[in-house]
Amino acid sequence: MQYRIDMSDNILTVSLAGEIDHHNIEPVREAVDGAILSRRPSLLILDFSKISFMDSSGFGFVMGRYKTMNSLGGQVIVRGSNKRIKMILELSGAGKYVTIE
Amino acid sequence: MKIINEMKAIISSKSVNEGYARVAVGAFIAQLDPTLDELADIKTAVSEAVTNCIVHAYDRPDGKIMIQVKLYDNNRAVIIIKDWGKGIEDVKKALEPCFTTSEGEERSGMGFTIMETFMDKLRVTSKPGKGTRVVLEKYISK
Repeated sequence: MQYRIDMSDNILTVSLAGEIDHHNIEPVREAVDGAILSRRPSLLILDFSKISFMDSSGFGFVMGRYKTMNSLGGQVIVRGSNKRIKMILELSGAGKYVTIE
Repeated sequence: MKIINEMKAIISSKSVNEGYARVAVGAFIAQLDPTLDELADIKTAVSEAVTNCIVHAYDRPDGKIMIQVKLYDNNRAVIIIKDWGKGIEDVKKALEPCFTTSEGEERSGMGFTIMETFMDKLRVTSKPGKGTRVVLEKYISK
């Protein structure tokens, strides 16, 4: 799983590529939390447009980052989700907490 | 209905095997000529079931997980995922959306709900201390 973290204008953008499962997402989780806590953005954008597979670990990842961002008063947008990713996020109720585009 | 082909694999309960498990099952079922959506449904459900074995059934990487796939002549695929781990106390409760026993970890409690949504049939049997058996079924469109 590859990822890139960019920060500009108080917006932290995390672009992910590959397959999100319980194994692959672990190192990304730590890196993103580290970036959130050190840079304290007001908005976190999770770009899923290059994700080819995602199971419910993706929902856990989104909700975990929502909790961190929420505790800092920030918001989360999930961008570039395909039909299937949207379905998993919506089914799990993530839409109540984060914006799914 | 006759079985036309069958595979069985045993993998260790290491999280790195989650990717292998779904790809192996997907590759075997490919001979029924599923659509991309059907294949993605199956891979997602297998990923959930195997992750459950790794996260919940065993808390060690040397547990064994059995994956079995049977293909039937009516275009039906049956996938059995079995572990010999700690088992589930209350299966009915485990099947409820958002129910999870993992506190600190980021588990969604949506695994069984996703398996149910993406597959045509889900059957779970478990015995505390003995293990869990998950049966997933999918009809592949002709």
